[in-house]
Amino acid sequence: MSKLGNLGARLHRGEVGYDFIGKRKIWYGLSILITITAIVALAVRGLNMGIEFQGGAVFTTPKTDVSVSQAQTYAEEASGHDAIVQQLGNGSLRIQVGGLDTDKSDQVRAELAKDLNVPESKIAAELVGPSWGEQIATKAWTGLGVFMILVVIYLAIAFEWRMAVAALVALIHDLTITVGIYSLVGFEVTVGTVIGLLTILGYSLYDTVVVFDSLKEQTKDITKQTRYTYSELANRSINGTLVRSINTTVVALLPVAGLLFIGGGVLGAGMLNDISLSLFVGLAAGAYSSIFIATPLVADLKEREPSIKALRKRVLAKRASAAAKGESLDAADDLSSEAAVVGPRAGRRGTQEHRG
Amino acid sequence: MAAPKKGRRPAGGQSRPGRALALILIAMVALTGGMFWSGHTTPRLGIDLAGGTSITLKAKAEPGQESAVNETNMNTAVGIIERRVNGLGVSEAEVQTQGAENIIVNIPRGTNEKQAREQVGTTAQLYFRPVLAVAAATPQTAPSATPSGKPSGSPKPSASASSGTTVGEKSATPTATASPQGRALTEALKAPSPTPTASSSAKPKATGTPQATPKPDPATAALQQKFATLNCLDPKARTAAGQGVKSTEPTVACGKNAIGQWEKYLLGPAEVDGKDVDKAKAGLDQRTGQWIVDMEFTDAGSKKFQSITSKLSQQAEPQNQFAIVLDGEVVSAPRVQTTLSASAQISGSFTQQSAQDLGNVLSYGALPLAFQTQSVDTVTAALGGDQLQAGLIAGAIGLGLVIIYLVAYYRGLSLIAILSLGVSALLTYVLMALLGPAIGFALNLPAVCGAIVAIGITADSFIVYFERIRDELREGRTLRPAVERAWPRARRTILVSDFVSFLAAAVLFIVTVGKVQGFAFTLGLTTLLDIVVVFLFTKPVMTLLARTKFFGNGHAWSGLDPKRLGAKPPLRRTRRTHAPVDTKEA
Repeated sequence: MSKLGNLGARLHRGEVGYDFIGKRKIWYGLSILITITAIVALAVRGLNMGIEFQGGAVFTTPKTDVSVSQAQTYAEEASGHDAIVQQLGNGSLRIQVGGLDTDKSDQVRAELAKDLNVPESKIAAELVGPSWGEQIATKAWTGLGVFMILVVIYLAIAFEWRMAVAALVALIHDLTITVGIYSLVGFEVTVGTVIGLLTILGYSLYDTVVVFDSLKEQTKDITKQTRYTYSELANRSINGTLVRSINTTVVALLPVAGLLFIGGGVLGAGMLNDISLSLFVGLAAGAYSSIFIATPLVADLKEREPSIKALRKRVLAKRASAAAKGESLDAADDLSSEAAVVGPRAGRRGTQEHRG
Repeated sequence: MAAPKKGRRPAGGQSRPGRALALILIAMVALTGGMFWSGHTTPRLGIDLAGGTSITLKAKAEPGQESAVNETNMNTAVGIIERRVNGLGVSEAEVQTQGAENIIVNIPRGTNEKQAREQVGTTAQLYFRPVLAVAAATPQTAPSATPSGKPSGSPKPSASASSGTTVGEKSATPTATASPQGRALTEALKAPSPTPTASSSAKPKATGTPQATPKPDPATAALQQKFATLNCLDPKARTAAGQGVKSTEPTVACGKNAIGQWEKYLLGPAEVDGKDVDKAKAGLDQRTGQWIVDMEFTDAGSKKFQSITSKLSQQAEPQNQFAIVLDGEVVSAPRVQTTLSASAQISGSFTQQSAQDLGNVLSYGALPLAFQTQSVDTVTAALGGDQLQAGLIAGAIGLGLVIIYLVAYYRGLSLIAILSLGVSALLTYVLMALLGPAIGFALNLPAVCGAIVAIGITADSFIVYFERIRDELREGRTLRPAVERAWPRARRTILVSDFVSFLAAAVLFIVTVGKVQGFAFTLGLTTLLDIVVVFLFTKPVMTLLARTKFFGNGHAWSGLDPKRLGAKPPLRRTRRTHAPVDTKEA
């Protein structure tokens, strides 16, 4: 903890700093690799769709002495379909029967009650028609589409289109990774998962927006100075918001971890668990992408702009001439050293300069 | 919220912390007071937490009639399903549309889920059936079961004599009388208004005992028995009365009369069905100033209607009526005075409301919509309780972890964060409790998740602000100006990011259905509250605390110790790192 606090101070002074932008190719590569893995996994393994998407029934019994395998036999006999039985933390059983239509499930529930020797009213049942999940999925896709369009418009107005594009790429990146992990690990996809995924939309962008906000501020009058290139300033904003990013992510993950732990520990499975699992994966991906993908992408896009290109030339020329004169401008270190260490003086001055 | 503004107000000139704090305090007291005053001190719980059955139906239009799935039809369907579920004697069942094509039926625990499901899913049936007999709601004690059919009361002038049907029926106790029979609407096609040939037909017939027989009656003994024993005061019996009856068979049914009393009817086979009605609407009769219902039939419907009205207009009371039967219940039983075909007008002692209701029933009664059961969740009280408990524990643990982290990292500063989280939590709770009665908000499991996730979003606002303040301190400012200078920038970041978060929640809420919607609602609500709390509480409190010695002087435990933050000392340093030890912090 103390190291982290110290890090904040040193980051602020520019004593330490990681060259996120300079090493962006590594991170792009990593992300592309992960994304490809995710897509391949999705294509090969597909997703383990829960009964909400296939139609079927989930019965939750009260605490019972009937063993899992016994219950499975009962359930399969009663329904004529395959059943998956899990023991939950509180001693109750969760019996999942796929392919059951909503009409027949009543009957199965009644038979299960008899077999397990519990009153029918004590068995909770969730019966789902095959098209329900499809409907939720369709709506979720629509929501995703509408949200993306709106957010791109908003970001393009409040910031600029390059940031909107980069944020969108980061968002798609996060969703792909999350879905890929679901496919790889074989977690079940339920309505809770969909909710979690949709939440990532907001959260992933939230994180990105905070970094962009700082970036926008840092680069406000960028063409009026010749000390830094756009990429260098972008890197500074990432480093400047790094502590916040870490803190935010930790603070966001803690309650989700609580949900995950409780959902898994006490109830065995269900909505709490499903939401928190996809959130957990998505939040982590979101924090990663806003730092390693979104901002470097903005810098890449920006550096193609003529005025920014010209600036880069001017900055480099100035450094070259300074070097020729034997002066050692702190900022020059930026370029020469891989780690983009920005000297305290320069850093300070730079900031003040831009704050006007 | 939109474009982040750059304007930075002069430091110090803006802070009136007392006013903002007073504002939020008043709001909190008012809301909490309102909560206790209204008596809704806990949020309404959804089926998944309280136990009960939740059924989701999806409307399916018949091919070629896709436009039938529209708002009006959906609302009518909700009305019809509500009637059905309440017919089961369920109290507080709630039926509502969700999205464009879904209907959610929530039935609190303790009712017959199986029966409810059967009732809920089927298409509403609207039929026009000739009335064979009418009687008071309860079973006759002195059963006139013997089809002695002699209409005792026949002679009465004003069509009062109800009896005289094939089914042995004692003379019209209930109905009869001057007042209309079926129900408000019943006076039907009668006297005062437009229907021309008016009374002519009714009276002459009345005298005749005769047509007891003309119906070649399949009114079997069983049916008579059913009619005799039917008790319309019993909701279950009402529901059961018309069940499983084919439209081509005679049946019994219940309905309310003009003064709101139940009556029972013996009805012939359906002659016209709901699909034959082209449109119907309530209107004000210009001549009489009374509410009437106009209906128009389709081509096929016109022919059928013509045939039924020509038959009925020849009959005596009560057989000159046709009953409009919706889901086995008589909605109205107007008398027919003349042969009608393509269009007809129903008049009687309508109120605006009752006329419109009938218009709706006629237009949409037999919806061209079929409903498909999408999902049925039956949650036992025990499971719901477990889940609620788990959710609360998870929330508490999450909150605890966040607090521990904040304290460890921000030390004294975390006090402000914790207080703000507390205010946020209180407001969220109170609003949830109040929104239950206000807009039918029910706390379900996804909503609980949404609230827990929101802890992170809320805490993030403080982190953004705190980090800004610390940056300012590192610049070498003292706390008071730092607090003010940091605010405009933190404010902008908070607004921009909360806007994105709220946008996501709003889009989700509008576009999605079911559980997703509950989640989105909570997320949106807490995002808005976050802004309120940060503006009206966190910032003012921060301003106030900056004036204290503990924070203002940067006590080692305040989280704002300039030395620990590695603030720039007044004199410029020559070389960077000579401060590894004293930058050690938190």
